Amino acid sequence: MALIEDNGKGRARASLPPWIQTAFLTIGSIAMTMLGLLFVTFIIGRVMPIDPVLAIVGERASQSTYDAVFLELGLDKPLIVQFAYYIWDVLHLDFGTSLLNARPVAEDIARVFPATLELATLGIFFGIVFGVPLGVVAAARKGSWIDQLARVLALVGYSMPIFWLGLMGLLIFYGILGWVGGPGRVGIFYVDVVPSVTGLILVDAALDGNWDVFKDAFSHIILPASLLGYYSLAYISRMTRSFMLEQLSAEYITTARVKGMSEWDVIWKHAFRNIRVQLITVIALSYATLLEGSVLTEIIFSWPGIGSYITTALLSADMNAVLGGTVVVGLIFILLNIFSDLLYKVFDPRAK
Amino acid sequence: MAEQTLREWLLTDTPTSRRHAKVSAFYQGWLSFRANTMAMIGLGILLALVLIAAAAPFLAPHDPFAQDLGNRLAPLGAEGHIFGTDSLGRDILSRLIYGARITLYIVALVALIAPVVGLLMGTVSGYVGGWVDIVLMRITDIFLAFPRLVLALAFVAALGAGIENAVIAISLTAWPPYARIARAETLTIRSSDYISAIQLQGAGGLRIITKHIWPLCISSLIVRVTLDMAGIILAAAGLGFLGLGAQPPSPEWGAMISEGRRFILDHWWVATMPGLAIFTVSLAFNLLGDGLRDVLDPKAGE
Repeated sequence: MALIEDNGKGRARASLPPWIQTAFLTIGSIAMTMLGLLFVTFIIGRVMPIDPVLAIVGERASQSTYDAVFLELGLDKPLIVQFAYYIWDVLHLDFGTSLLNARPVAEDIARVFPATLELATLGIFFGIVFGVPLGVVAAARKGSWIDQLARVLALVGYSMPIFWLGLMGLLIFYGILGWVGGPGRVGIFYVDVVPSVTGLILVDAALDGNWDVFKDAFSHIILPASLLGYYSLAYISRMTRSFMLEQLSAEYITTARVKGMSEWDVIWKHAFRNIRVQLITVIALSYATLLEGSVLTEIIFSWPGIGSYITTALLSADMNAVLGGTVVVGLIFILLNIFSDLLYKVFDPRAK
Repeated sequence: MAEQTLREWLLTDTPTSRRHAKVSAFYQGWLSFRANTMAMIGLGILLALVLIAAAAPFLAPHDPFAQDLGNRLAPLGAEGHIFGTDSLGRDILSRLIYGARITLYIVALVALIAPVVGLLMGTVSGYVGGWVDIVLMRITDIFLAFPRLVLALAFVAALGAGIENAVIAISLTAWPPYARIARAETLTIRSSDYISAIQLQGAGGLRIITKHIWPLCISSLIVRVTLDMAGIILAAAGLGFLGLGAQPPSPEWGAMISEGRRFILDHWWVATMPGLAIFTVSLAFNLLGDGLRDVLDPKAGE
């Protein structure tokens, strides 16, 4: 892929400085991918249903209602024109109105998104804090019990259905031990107690200085966040380990050891320093999958985020909401993907 | 033929025929695979799964659909119901056994669709090159950048819930990595001398791709598919859990968890048992995939 881009653009813009070429390529690639995403959601929403009008008005609508919706959707126009209209709408953040509550989908998404963001961010935080050191130690002590532990943790993480692990977590830590709060973001007594400034309930509670709410919210988020954290830990620790192994077998490490450098310094000041860029790209990818992976977790924990929103909409056949949610999650996913790609290209001289 | 000589025949370094060489290579691969205990455990679990699915009517102690409302939510170890019963009094063990069929059905369908699509896209792209390559790889990249589960959700939403639609949705989001792998393999194979030799003999593109490039892409694809199977099972179970895959009263494992979820605090086993089944099978695929990778594609390991 990189090869083709270089060939194609290298000829056309030979005179431009390389960073401008990279910028053009990146913007072009983002635009192409997003256009592709919109094309797919367009197909799903407009072409695949046998009759998109019927899906909206229902079977009992009168012919005049049917016709009105038919024209409103622009279904009398050619598909390519419909697609252009669709792109135009999305560019204006207009995902249509929800068929369920008649509110604009974009507004709904803006309302539920902070909950997902809060959950995924705390999750990736756990994943980094535990996953990176675990991977480093597993590489430094290859074959030791820590290495085995890291391997088993990752293997189990790759094989366990997240919604089931969530249920088990609820059963054990909430049902039996009572250590954490149950489903939902806060207990019923704390709902809407603090004013919503950022939409992130932990931040809002801290801003308000209401530590009771903070504690309660924390007891609710800790379980789903650790769960998501575990899944990113599985991935991050594996990747960290293989990056570190690659570094530790390099000759400069042998040189450093021969010079008498302490093992701690060899690992953290030499080898780890060289995997930072790779690590950040892995974390960005992992964050993107967490945002998406929270769909099932949110259902289990009745977490009012974008995953719950999409699935509720799905079950009530609210296509506008489903597609709006898909587009938003897709866009974030694509941006994080490209961001990690870019980071790699910019900071790792070998990638050039 | 005595066993010793058969072994010698298999391990010879001077094969006498094409088939001999093939069998011998396969046997040596099997020997190195067999040394990997974890991979053998994975293979064992999957073979057991196939047997269980095949012999389900004989193994299952009860009819998986037979309701017995007087005996609902019976606990583990209850009389006649080792794994207890669900909210309609159906035997959980029997449902798990029949559920193995559904799991295998999904796995087999996805394993048939996604890699074939990927192989087609990748080899054509790599062999033909030029604009075809650019366009096909662009499409692949675009699909690769999508969030898979959410996209599968949207597909099922449009197609309607059901096991076949879930399979289509999963396959539609699963093929891009295979296309990438197949293309990379094709690019290295395309420039090799033996391909030029066949070209000089007058073989056409179709023949070269199907007879000379595909066979060489297969082994890396198999490894990747096996490793992906765990994820595919989890995705299918997730769709089932959301009520978008297999429909009730089908004993699909994900749907069973979703059913048991309502009673999780008081009757934990209803949701726990199917979860353990999913975990075991996807773990087995992961173990097998790791082992296969070491045998077929040693470079990819650490």
